[in-house]
Amino acid sequence: MTDTTAMSAKELLGFYQEELYEEARQAKKEGKLVCWSASVAPSEFCVAMDVAMIYPETHAAGIGARKGALDVLEVADEKGYNVDTCSYARVNLGYMELLKQEALTGITPEKLEKSPAARIPLPDFVITCNNICNTLLKWYENLAVELNIPCIIIDVPFNHTMPIPQYAKDYIAEQFKEAITQLEEICGKKFDYDKFLKVQEQTQRSVAQWNRIAALSSHKPSPLNGFDLFNYMALIVCARSKDYAEITFKKFADELEENLNKGIFAFKGNEQKRVTWEGIAVWPHLGHTFKGLKNLGNIMTGSAYPGLWNVSYTPGDMSSMAEAYTRIYINTCLDNKVKVLSDVISGGKCDGVIYHQNRSCKLMSFLNVETADILQKENGLPYVSFDGDQTDPRNFSPAQFDTRIQALDEMMKQNKEGVSNE
Amino acid sequence: MFTMGIDIGSSSSKVVILEDGANIIAGEVIQIGTGSSGPKRVLDEALSKAGLKLEDMAKIIATGYGRSSVEEAHKQISEISCQAKGVFFLVPSAKLIIDIGGQDVKAIRLDSKGGVKQFFMNDKCAAGTGRFLDVMSRVLEVNLDDMAEYDARATEPATVSSTCTVFAESEVISQLSNGVAKENIIAGVHQSVASKACGLAYRCGVEEDIVMCGGVAKDLGVVRAISKELKKPVIVAPNPQITAALGAAIFAFEEVRGANK
Ligand code: SF4
Repeated sequence: MTDTTAMSAKELLGFYQEELYEEARQAKKEGKLVCWSASVAPSEFCVAMDVAMIYPETHAAGIGARKGALDVLEVADEKGYNVDTCSYARVNLGYMELLKQEALTGITPEKLEKSPAARIPLPDFVITCNNICNTLLKWYENLAVELNIPCIIIDVPFNHTMPIPQYAKDYIAEQFKEAITQLEEICGKKFDYDKFLKVQEQTQRSVAQWNRIAALSSHKPSPLNGFDLFNYMALIVCARSKDYAEITFKKFADELEENLNKGIFAFKGNEQKRVTWEGIAVWPHLGHTFKGLKNLGNIMTGSAYPGLWNVSYTPGDMSSMAEAYTRIYINTCLDNKVKVLSDVISGGKCDGVIYHQNRSCKLMSFLNVETADILQKENGLPYVSFDGDQTDPRNFSPAQFDTRIQALDEMMKQNKEGVSNE
Repeated sequence: MFTMGIDIGSSSSKVVILEDGANIIAGEVIQIGTGSSGPKRVLDEALSKAGLKLEDMAKIIATGYGRSSVEEAHKQISEISCQAKGVFFLVPSAKLIIDIGGQDVKAIRLDSKGGVKQFFMNDKCAAGTGRFLDVMSRVLEVNLDDMAEYDARATEPATVSSTCTVFAESEVISQLSNGVAKENIIAGVHQSVASKACGLAYRCGVEEDIVMCGGVAKDLGVVRAISKELKKPVIVAPNPQITAALGAAIFAFEEVRGANK
């Protein structure tokens, strides 16, 4: 076993990400089960059953960030997936198609060979949950049909009003039980409730460390560069029910706290303004978007997106777990979304907001116009929105982005200098 | 003291030379934009008109889509802030700016001091921009400069409903072949441009005075259509293509003055 004690948080992040993929590849070789899972589907059940997990959204983000998305998007195009479909889905369905061709013919397609992404094994079953969107239902159903494998669906209804009613929690807890029954059948063994409790406890420890990191951006200047959360997010998605996430996040939070005590900040002395970034990162243009902001001295200290995985609950209490997996802000009404974002903006002591109008993610984008309007009336902060996409590089225009963030910068400056009296 | 504002757009290049932050001593436009010979030519033209050299400029600020490729500039400022600055200088009562250029449509709301309160602009789509009008003028075989005249003669504006420039072009072609008068088609084209711009304006909050600038503001047919849609008078900024360059030159002046204080 590799000794990880001397590793930095960044090294741990890389190490465990690779480790997770290796475990899945190894499991496949040994004839053990591999599951592909939606990013905010409960991970606890499969981990308790020792199933190796792959998270297609994270994998797709990795392909996007390594500039390999176009190749697989073309495969999905050829299969007839409309370009309006979420690009995570299209990247993954394209990638799956290549894996499937390889499995059927024994020949590795050129696009798979060339793909910069980590190689992943095909799943033996999939698990999905519609607590972040309904695209994930059809996407996973398609995976299951294409590969002729079981699909576990955990139905989590949208919360049109808050607080979450007890009947909704009861319904979701029933869905959990149903998923456990399906899992027992697929795995051919009884569900281990003792181990499940331990996994739930582990998940809570991971989430606590995750929240520790996120809270550090409230310091001014900030020791945390918010864009780092986009990278570390890979482990809150893929390993929150393992100690990998806890170990890495604890290390990162410790490092940041140490920096804070020493007066070392993310932007050194150059933090001039602070922004909230609403929406998913633009993975194929991550460097461009980050540098564009950094060159203007704008640090991202607020983002509601990483908070999707703030699944805090009481281990052993299914209703509490159900609540954690349904109160995710994009699964709630406009009023609650506004409230969550408002807290993020004030928590990050932000001077302005950037809304990513993401062609892929309708749920995260369609309410932005309204949200921005309400929030501006409430806090008076300037905002801009830009057209983009998390993994389809064709839907983002760097020059358009630059103009908007420069204008935002100028508006924030004007606000801070008190030039404007309104 | 002389300062210069350079606005390099997608389809035109503009330079303003300002004396003491108050007198425009050159305001030149060349109808080709970034990546072409336009930027250099317009710079030379402005300098020769003013009888000045580049070294005479206390500060040069670039703006517009091609702002980062202007080597002569000391600084870049977004066209949103520059447009606001320039228009407010010319029309101090301005509250809302509608700026339509080659590939951008913007609505900018000003606060009482001329600062940018809010702005909205089109993203990755050329509908309602100068390019849209270019394409239409080509299929209609009517010069851009003559479009307003045709518009004024329209009896019943045709409907151009496609958002996509390419589909709108086919729509116009089929109307032409159906014998719809060019006057009415042009009025419909103007209405289509106006509806895009007004959508952004409504989001900003429509408050008078409303000032139009950008190359498309020279087409009075568009101005008419916008005014009709908003049910309010629309003022066309004097020399509407140079307002952002003017704003950049004013910013340059203010920065030099601020530094000398
Ligand atoms: S990006 Fe949006 S649409 Fe795509 S899977 Fe995630 S939540 Fe669903």
